[in-house]
Amino acid sequence: MPQLKDYEAIVGTQVIDELRLLADKVKGWSVQMVNSTAVGGGVAEILNRMTPFLNELGINARWDVIKGGEQFYKVTKKFHNALHGKAEDVTPEDFSIFNETNEMNNKTLEITADIAYIHDPQPIGLIHQKDHKKAKWLWRCHIDVSNPNERVWSFLRPFIDRYDSAVFSAPAFSQELPIRQFLISPSIDPLSDKNRELGQETIEGVLKRFQIDPGKPIVTQISRFDYLKDPLGVIEAFEMVQRNIDCQLILAGGEATDDPEGSEVLAKVRERARDNPDVHVLAIPSGSDIEINALQRASSVVVQKSIKEGFGLTVAEALWKARPVVASAVGGITLQVAHKYSGLLCHSVEGAALAIKQLLQNPEYAAKLGQNGREHIRQNYLLTRHLRDYLLLFLSLFYGGDIIRL
Amino acid sequence: MPNVQLAKASEPFCFSTQIQLPELTGLKARNVKELLEHIKTVPGSVIYHHTHRFLQQHQYLSPEPANDFAYWVSEVLQDKKLGEKLAGINTCEFNTIRALRERIISTIETSLEKSKGALREAYEGEEFYFIKSNSFIFPTPYVATDLEEFARLLKKVTIHSIYFHMFEARIRLEKGNDDFSVWLETSLREKELAKKITKLDPYTYTMEGLREKIIQFVEDRIAKLKASEEQTVSVRPTSEKREP
Repeated sequence: MPQLKDYEAIVGTQVIDELRLLADKVKGWSVQMVNSTAVGGGVAEILNRMTPFLNELGINARWDVIKGGEQFYKVTKKFHNALHGKAEDVTPEDFSIFNETNEMNNKTLEITADIAYIHDPQPIGLIHQKDHKKAKWLWRCHIDVSNPNERVWSFLRPFIDRYDSAVFSAPAFSQELPIRQFLISPSIDPLSDKNRELGQETIEGVLKRFQIDPGKPIVTQISRFDYLKDPLGVIEAFEMVQRNIDCQLILAGGEATDDPEGSEVLAKVRERARDNPDVHVLAIPSGSDIEINALQRASSVVVQKSIKEGFGLTVAEALWKARPVVASAVGGITLQVAHKYSGLLCHSVEGAALAIKQLLQNPEYAAKLGQNGREHIRQNYLLTRHLRDYLLLFLSLFYGGDIIRL
Repeated sequence: MPNVQLAKASEPFCFSTQIQLPELTGLKARNVKELLEHIKTVPGSVIYHHTHRFLQQHQYLSPEPANDFAYWVSEVLQDKKLGEKLAGINTCEFNTIRALRERIISTIETSLEKSKGALREAYEGEEFYFIKSNSFIFPTPYVATDLEEFARLLKKVTIHSIYFHMFEARIRLEKGNDDFSVWLETSLREKELAKKITKLDPYTYTMEGLREKIIQFVEDRIAKLKASEEQTVSVRPTSEKREP
């Protein structure tokens, strides 16, 4: 497990020093993180990384997980889809199941810390302990709630409104709420297998394993096989590029074993790519972090042509590797890519094709965008910034006003 | 070489730093008219965020994109003319956020009058989202008592500290000038050096570029002071030499 000093070489000693200086202001405070799963998923990954670092900074941070049965998780999956704007048949019984499980957790999971930091809708009902606890309450929403299903959102609102503050990942997710809302973007860990430096032989080994020609420019999109990631649109854009430039496309993502829609999309993508030997469709097991890292590093252009996106950490991963990026102007992507400064934004298949061509044919321009992108990620989307925001968030619970002298 | 002692400041310079936590307001604009309405009514800390965010978040870019309003109008609404006018607002001419807000308002109003009601709309998801800045200010352990210490610490502090003393102190805390110039002039009587820093347009530098520029000014001054002191020291014994 890396320690904060291991990040000094990446972000600079000054940044780590400043983080420690800030941490002195919250030293000894206790924070209780609560979510619904200890393994799997982005939230567990974040908590797994952040909790030990908070402790290293002198904060008494612990992480608890609520308990729930199969029925409860079926309901919260429905909530999740509905909050993303998908039509879902949520019944009164579903709401009852949700309330019952939350009440059960209120009896078994006691909030004892100075700050209760509750992640996502599943454990939101723990707020009922607010009346008899001195804790301050934070609700962290990791979901894109820019167009939520009104029924589910209205059900959650009485819970949300009782928190002291809420936290969202992108400006578009904020709603008009009676409580303070903060913007904290997720982050990537530059020392993880997915992002750390790789030797040339590792990269070449991965390309060889997937039978990819290292001598031909590579355009890559890394994402699960999902209509919202528009893999078919990526192939269409790539084929427009291919008319002028000899290159190859990699579409790589986790294997969709438990998602029927994912299997359907993967089948369609394979069918669409069948007659084009330069399109490589790679369904790789989740956890293939070094493979993903190598594919991103081997790419001349990385694409993220999503139709809808939460934050889009794959963009941050590519930019961190100084790859030139072409991405849709949706969700958190617009925070990461400033058009023509740290990448190119697009709104259509044609726009994506043009941008890919511009980057492939102008390697110096592409390299400049990639380099700017890497610096942008270094300053704003690495784990150290995320930790700093957590500390400020904790402080914000105890200070009013917009200029706070510590 | 003689060890030249530089003058000590009457008051030391204590470096502070600041870090910002953005707060969402739930307000958004789809076109210039809505943008204008919100600009008129949002708290000053929102205007401050959108006119200064790029300095810290895109500190590596040169030249840096201008304020968020200009970027959005140019790149999202594709109104290059108004975008250019907004980008051209010289933020360092304003000593308060109020005055800066007024200039932004009048720039947009003039453009709206000329456009005669025709409005460009942003695509869904690309609206302008209003964000408020929360500054957390705290002292660092770094204290300078003369020019040499000052130059050494300028290299050591974070860019957030440089930012705080050069930008936030002047316009957000309404001190009228940056902290460095004030200290150099009042505590070290380095009037010329202070003037050089005051005269900089810090908005046109990257943060690292700005740090280097200030260090260069200070180091040039130190070299000059040392050279003149050495000259004085070396002139004295020569004048005492006797003719053979």
